Amino acid sequence: MDFSIILRTVGSLALISGVLSVIISVAEKVLNNYGTCELDINEGQKKLSVQGGSSLLSTLAGEKIFIPSACGGKATCGLCKVQVLEGAGPLLPTEEPYISEQERADHVRLSCQIKVKGNMRLMIPEELFNIREFNCTLESITDMTYDIKRLRMKLPAGETINFKAGQFMQFYTKPYGKVKEEVFRAYSISSKASEHDYLELLIRLVPGGICTTYVHTALKEGDQVRLSGPYGDFYLRGDCEELIMIAGGSGLAPIRSLVYDVIEKGLPHKMRFFFGANTVRDLYYMEEFAQIEQEYPQFKFIPCVARPEPEDNWTGDTGFVTVALQNQVDTGEGKEAYLCGSPGMLDACIKILKEKGFTDQTIFYDKF
Amino acid sequence: MPQISPFIIFFASIITSNMILSNFLGMCSYLSVSSEYKTATGLGMAVTLVLVMTTVINWVVYKFVILPLEIEYLQYIIFIMVIAALVQILEMGMDRYMPDLHAKLGIFLPLITVNCAILGVTLFMVIRSYGFSQSLMFSLGSGLGWWLAINMLAAIREKLKNAKLPPGISGPALSFIITGIMAMAFIGFSGIFTIQ
Repeated sequence: MDFSIILRTVGSLALISGVLSVIISVAEKVLNNYGTCELDINEGQKKLSVQGGSSLLSTLAGEKIFIPSACGGKATCGLCKVQVLEGAGPLLPTEEPYISEQERADHVRLSCQIKVKGNMRLMIPEELFNIREFNCTLESITDMTYDIKRLRMKLPAGETINFKAGQFMQFYTKPYGKVKEEVFRAYSISSKASEHDYLELLIRLVPGGICTTYVHTALKEGDQVRLSGPYGDFYLRGDCEELIMIAGGSGLAPIRSLVYDVIEKGLPHKMRFFFGANTVRDLYYMEEFAQIEQEYPQFKFIPCVARPEPEDNWTGDTGFVTVALQNQVDTGEGKEAYLCGSPGMLDACIKILKEKGFTDQTIFYDKF
Repeated sequence: MPQISPFIIFFASIITSNMILSNFLGMCSYLSVSSEYKTATGLGMAVTLVLVMTTVINWVVYKFVILPLEIEYLQYIIFIMVIAALVQILEMGMDRYMPDLHAKLGIFLPLITVNCAILGVTLFMVIRSYGFSQSLMFSLGSGLGWWLAINMLAAIREKLKNAKLPPGISGPALSFIITGIMAMAFIGFSGIFTIQ
């Protein structure tokens, strides 16, 4: 076989593909270069300077704003919806199946399909905008009761968190002992919403629980912990005169944050906090809440112990929290109820509250 | 081969040598994107545009690269590479300078890369030794003919949406039958002009 044919074949193919790839790269550089684009998010709340040319979804991800997306940008899940007020161009055929008439009128677009080609004005829900990952340092781990620990974590230097009192974080464990995989669980934030560089969680040991066992046995002060958030729609609505708060065990966490939120913002709401515990051993934060009660007449703290021992000299309410609720709350009028605790307790309380005239619109709860 | 007038080639490639109805090329997008008249129009437009551009460029490549280097046996590979590269660049350029048009045609462009009508026209051009103007008119005519055929099928399919059809025949089966009838109807024109 003639050697020159092979040479010519390989040579000309290489030449032609080389020329074509050079043309494509040059075209990409010239045509796909949209320079620096300004993204204005939520009416000037945040302004980003980004490199144009990629999809809005990946551009935002590059700026650590995570829009939920399941399909990874193929326009098949329709989750990555974002309101684009300006700069998105016409609706694409690939978007049409996922955008309703109403959404079309609201300028809702699929962020994976539209490309950043110039300055854009977007609206991103506050929650999404806020969800981030934090690699915190565990500053202290304190026993609150025999089975509840308080974790106080410092955010990385320079980072801050904005959350609504009552929201929760996801806590990621590291592999330990026999558990080889990372797991994550949700825990309500118990620290004040005004504290932007620290997070506190209250974690009760659940026998056999992977995450709580990790927290109670493996975690040490100074460890790095990974959190993401804030998530959730359990936060103050405040469209009323009085707030009835009910918690059991570590359900105290979001309520503590809520109480401080109302006080620090100087809101006029009266508050009654029913805290249910099985025994006196299960009570914690007692001094702190007694202190708040003294300083702020708008706040009443009502701890209820179901089974106090005679030697405890318990002088407060005795019996389940439902009993106190039944006796001390007269009507649901002008009140909102905020509940956090075990499903059993919550269901019993919600039943009583509904009998007293509370509705689904005035009862807010976090079940765990 | 005698020189045929480019205008004869133009009309023949629309009607008597229609890419779909007489050569059965570019069938897959023809069948899958013909359920709505509007999208069919978009695809037809995109195919016509890409056909003209690729055929012209492939003619230049054939004349000035493949023939001088005597690498005719590589023409398939080279033509496909040129088509793919061109569609890429076309998409980027359209996105940049004609965003409205890109919004309409953008999703069809990647589909067209693998549309066999595109390669078919280039290969016919080589087999029939067309000159530049003949190739230009041939590609334009073939594109318009493809567009005409997909629009006709889409129009019929839209009408059929309201028709009561036996379940066994609806869907792709009916599309094939309609295409067959359309092809037979187009044979009726064959006496007017012939190019092959």
